Amino acid sequence: MTKIKTLADLRKMKEEAQSKIKLRENSANPDQVVQVKVGMATCGIASGAKETMKYFVEELEQEAIDAVVTQTGCMGYCYAEPTVEVKLPGKEPVVYGHVKKEKAREIIDSYIKRGELVDGIIPVSFKTIDD
Amino acid sequence: MDTVNLTIDNKPVVVKSGTTILEAASGVGMHIPTLCHMKLDDLNIENKPGGCRICVVEVEGRRNLAPACCTDVSEGMKINTHSMRVINARRTVMELILSDHPFDCLICAKSGNCDLQDMAHNLGIREIHYKGEQSTYREDTSPAIIREVDKCIMCRRCETMCNEVQTVGVLSAINRGFESVVSPAFEMNLDHSVCTYCGQCVAVCPTGALTEVDETGKVIRALSDPTKTVIVQTAPAVRAALGEEFGMEAGSLVTGKLVAALRRLGFDHVFDTDFAADLTIMEEGTELLNRLGKHLAGDKDVKLPILTSCCPAWVKFFEHQFPEMKDIPSTARSPQQMFGAIAKTYFADQLGIKREDLVVVSIMPCVAKKYECGRDEFKTNDNPDVDHAITTRELAALIKLSNIDFTALPNEDFDNPLGESTGAGVIFGTTGGVIEAAVRTAYEVHTKKELPKLDFDELRGMEGIREATIDFDGLPIKIGIAHGLGNARKLLEDIQAGNSEFHAIEIMSCPGGCIGGGGQPYHHGDAGILKKRQAALYTEDKNKTLRKSHLNPHIIELYEKFLGEPMSEKAHHLLHTEYFDRT
Amino acid sequence: MTDYKMHLLICGGTGCKASESDEIKNRLNQLIHDLGLEDEVQVVLTGCFGFCEKGPIVKVLPDNTFYVQVSPNDVVEIVEEHIVKGRPVKRLLYTDPTNDKQISDSKGMDFYKKQIRIALKNCGFINPENIDEYIARDGYQALGKCLSELTPEEVIKEVKDSGLRGRGGGGFPTGLKWEITKNVENDQKYVVCNADEGDPGAFMDRSILEGDPHSVLEAMAICGYCIGADKGLVYIRAEYPLAIQRLKIAIKQAEEYGLIGDDILGTGFNFHIELRYGAGAFVCGEETALIHSMEGLRGEPTFKPPFPSVSGYMGKPTNVNNVETFANIPVILNKGAEWFSKIGTEKSKGTKVFALAGKINNVGLIEVPMGTTLREVIYDIGGGIKDGKEFKAVQTGGPSGGCLTKEDLDIPIDYDNLLASGSMMGSGGMIVMDENDCMVSIAKFYLDFTLEESCGKCTPCRVGNKRLYELLDKITQGKGEEQDIEKLKDLSVVIKDTALCGLGQTSPNPVLSTINNFEHEYHAHVHDGKCPAGQCKSLLRYDIVEDLCTGCTLCFRNCPVGAISGERRAPHFIDQTLCIKCGVCYEKCKFNAITLT
Repeated sequence: MTKIKTLADLRKMKEEAQSKIKLRENSANPDQVVQVKVGMATCGIASGAKETMKYFVEELEQEAIDAVVTQTGCMGYCYAEPTVEVKLPGKEPVVYGHVKKEKAREIIDSYIKRGELVDGIIPVSFKTIDD
Repeated sequence: MDTVNLTIDNKPVVVKSGTTILEAASGVGMHIPTLCHMKLDDLNIENKPGGCRICVVEVEGRRNLAPACCTDVSEGMKINTHSMRVINARRTVMELILSDHPFDCLICAKSGNCDLQDMAHNLGIREIHYKGEQSTYREDTSPAIIREVDKCIMCRRCETMCNEVQTVGVLSAINRGFESVVSPAFEMNLDHSVCTYCGQCVAVCPTGALTEVDETGKVIRALSDPTKTVIVQTAPAVRAALGEEFGMEAGSLVTGKLVAALRRLGFDHVFDTDFAADLTIMEEGTELLNRLGKHLAGDKDVKLPILTSCCPAWVKFFEHQFPEMKDIPSTARSPQQMFGAIAKTYFADQLGIKREDLVVVSIMPCVAKKYECGRDEFKTNDNPDVDHAITTRELAALIKLSNIDFTALPNEDFDNPLGESTGAGVIFGTTGGVIEAAVRTAYEVHTKKELPKLDFDELRGMEGIREATIDFDGLPIKIGIAHGLGNARKLLEDIQAGNSEFHAIEIMSCPGGCIGGGGQPYHHGDAGILKKRQAALYTEDKNKTLRKSHLNPHIIELYEKFLGEPMSEKAHHLLHTEYFDRT
Repeated sequence: MTDYKMHLLICGGTGCKASESDEIKNRLNQLIHDLGLEDEVQVVLTGCFGFCEKGPIVKVLPDNTFYVQVSPNDVVEIVEEHIVKGRPVKRLLYTDPTNDKQISDSKGMDFYKKQIRIALKNCGFINPENIDEYIARDGYQALGKCLSELTPEEVIKEVKDSGLRGRGGGGFPTGLKWEITKNVENDQKYVVCNADEGDPGAFMDRSILEGDPHSVLEAMAICGYCIGADKGLVYIRAEYPLAIQRLKIAIKQAEEYGLIGDDILGTGFNFHIELRYGAGAFVCGEETALIHSMEGLRGEPTFKPPFPSVSGYMGKPTNVNNVETFANIPVILNKGAEWFSKIGTEKSKGTKVFALAGKINNVGLIEVPMGTTLREVIYDIGGGIKDGKEFKAVQTGGPSGGCLTKEDLDIPIDYDNLLASGSMMGSGGMIVMDENDCMVSIAKFYLDFTLEESCGKCTPCRVGNKRLYELLDKITQGKGEEQDIEKLKDLSVVIKDTALCGLGQTSPNPVLSTINNFEHEYHAHVHDGKCPAGQCKSLLRYDIVEDLCTGCTLCFRNCPVGAISGERRAPHFIDQTLCIKCGVCYEKCKFNAITLT
């Protein structure tokens, strides 16, 4: 990694990073990747998030679905761990709670493959600083 | 100078800024009670964890009560030291301490000398409203010190002495909450730790949690055994403090009464460790001159500075903490052990008895001496040179037990041959005294001239580390003095780093030297007592006809009849020792 | 790929479920099936919407229609009108109480979302192990701006103007603390992040460090710039291995980018961050104890003053802030003090993260503006009390706080209001209790905790708390005496008045607060020998009602201590002296013949 030397460089870098993410998120190209984020804080891991994450990585790869599976921190829904956010290309992200293997299977089969929502959605119940 | 205006119990007071409420109040005659707090003036020793909460006072405008010992005054402060709220809190805190303290005052070693007992009395505690479980711990007995930890009230005074003053680092608070207590790490026994047995923890403990191993019973048994000849030696610092145990003014010299009391207790011969101190000077002084001579002759391997070795806690300290330097201290045994070795050979021979039938008891201001006399290198066929070492306090107890009215005793003299001593031997009891005694002899032996002046004021005082250069007739001899092992550590680290320019260093473990020893009457936080004891020893020195060890006629006779000369093979065998790496 | 044209989201949160959301779902599915629309409309059950007071909720996608207080009887109308004819059912829309207007598009009704995420803004959004994702969300912009464009005084002014107060519990104004540390002259100063989160049930600091470690690092560097420190230390408990791992990765990445280290962004400002591990002692959250622990000494507090700002780590001026406090800093500097200070109440600005725990449905981390009421937190965000039980109290401020009761439900939560109600903000643990919780036992639980966590240095905390605990234990054992409640009060007052540090000074709070609010429960234990909540085993009594007992011997066979006797087909008896109140007989009896009093 190269050092960021000035504030201007940092700002440029932010824009690059943002546009990279935007490109990924907002493209109308239906071939775009599916993004899966697994809540991997202590609360998630204690409830089996590692297994859930591994399952998504392996299954999506095996089924040759173009997807990026990443980890993220606690989403705050500790009562519903493991929690997983799935973002299909061109759609709003959807958070699912209690995602163990079975639920993950259902999410892959119904939501990721066919776009059908699955029971157990956690509605976003907060505002962000940008709202 | 910044001053602060405040009122204490409605009295206006002006004090220096940085003054604590406790100090400010004492200036206007309000003595706020304290328990954990301890400040030894002149020695730079202060323990103020603010933990006991006995000294709380009400400060107007403050949400809760303030500990007077560690709250600084501020402008306009209004303080009430004995409001209803304060008294209630103070008494409740005292009740809480007592609720977790054994109620065996009547049979406690500290009874009558216990700060906690006094405080309970002063606060008028008649009932414990909050009774409950008491914390209990294993009792820990070592060769010198007993830890009866159930009696610990977490004042942390011992911890301050062990860590900050002595830098030994054995005692510290362990466990949490109700179980917290001061202990060696992992609750190990003292005798498995690096404890030096200096006894400074015992000297400051406000309760009976830390006491010396009581050997008065063994002494009584020896005295009543008709088959044994029992002789006693008494260390220099004892005579300057024993009187305190009988209500006498601190600094009273009670040498004559002490001898009389020992005789009445039944000792067959009453001797003086001061005699052995003179002997120590002969050996140690000669060793110093030898090393110095070699050094001046260009010998690069000779170890300088030479360090004194008469303090057993100091010896144990460097064996644990600086083992790589164990060839630097003088090999001379301590006066107690020199006395024992001579007593069980030279004197036993004179009496025509076997060493096993001679019992040597020593009266010491020290608890480490109990440990020292038990060291294997000071035994012959498992028979120790010194059989029992008891403290000044234990001697007082023996005297009381034997119905002797100490204050009414006449003054008596020591027996000979091991009772004759010089002023040089007397001042062994204070910091700076050993080296001054050594200088008096070494100067005259080296220069072959008589000293123009015997009082070396530059070596005296209470500063933790002192240094002076003594002119040996054109040869400047650099002398260092440290008392308190923390101060000793600083000088040792300088030596280690190659930064020490001293030729000789005197080290005493206890602040003040033996006069402040762990076996002395309790000073209860009043360091002024140590200064008075020190002054008493210098007075005794001044009043002696002989003030130089090499002029002691019985010492001269001892060398003529028995030892040959200082550092002779016999002297080496009986009067010198070796040190061990204890890491 | 099935392409549903419409989704109906039904709130499956516990509150809504209680009001028949399952039934609504079933009827909807039935009706959709009947109309042959199953390929076009999908019905999905969701988690809690956080609007429980208006539940059950049905949300229609894609048009975002938000129906409130839907009953199973409304299903037909929703399907026939909205789904078939495309006309929203107006009477089920939410009416804005301020202007009586109905709101059909939930996009315009974010107001029901009681939470605003500032400290948690990146938690659950970014990959905490990828610095680029942090940078994409404004990461390190605030630091860059401070270093390049603002003087330390200007930054401190901004933090002061924001009104941010310490989130660790004390609520000391953060900007003021920075200013004080800045004004102490010394060649070496330190920034310390207090990540020694120890309240039972609190885990917000852990979550922030696990989910957004860079926000804390960035804030520490900003603080260093302001006070003149080039070294930052994070004191974190070793029981937080994941947070430690993520912090380590974050520090490494930030160093590689030159955002931490020497000459940051070419400004000549140096700032290095190291981790220090704690062994998990609650008292080490107290800043002087924390500093002693970092120095390798016993983790016990010392008397203040001197404050760490003057003499802290290694005797140098040290600014100690808590994780959540730091996490607010970059946002404040990016969005401005004015923006931040508009959120919250007059004296408590911004938001507070709470860890909701206990007898509440939506256990989790929430972040609400200061001034949100307890009712909103418990019922709207927390989804109400578990199993439909009745709310009894909530403990805030952990073992140092107190309990708030039904009477306090509508108090806006901020530092001052909580103090006035006999509790405190603390670090943000909120433990909810229901009708089955015995308040004497709750007080005992917290005392047990402080007893365990006290450092033992001062008498009131070391011995006083033990005596409080013993008195409480005695009461729960049914051995309480008339004077014990007064003793508890008296001793509590002295402990608060005399203890050395915050832990001891607040440890009696759970006792005083439960006595203040639930003295009748104490009296019931002491005078009537009863535990109203049925929690104190020693005060329970199981009896067999002769008339109802069939002599089936089931209880006799299951009693683990042989306390039940009786002939087959004849009434059985419980020997009260042997009974250990395990309750097995009560559970096993098929004839309701065993009573519990």
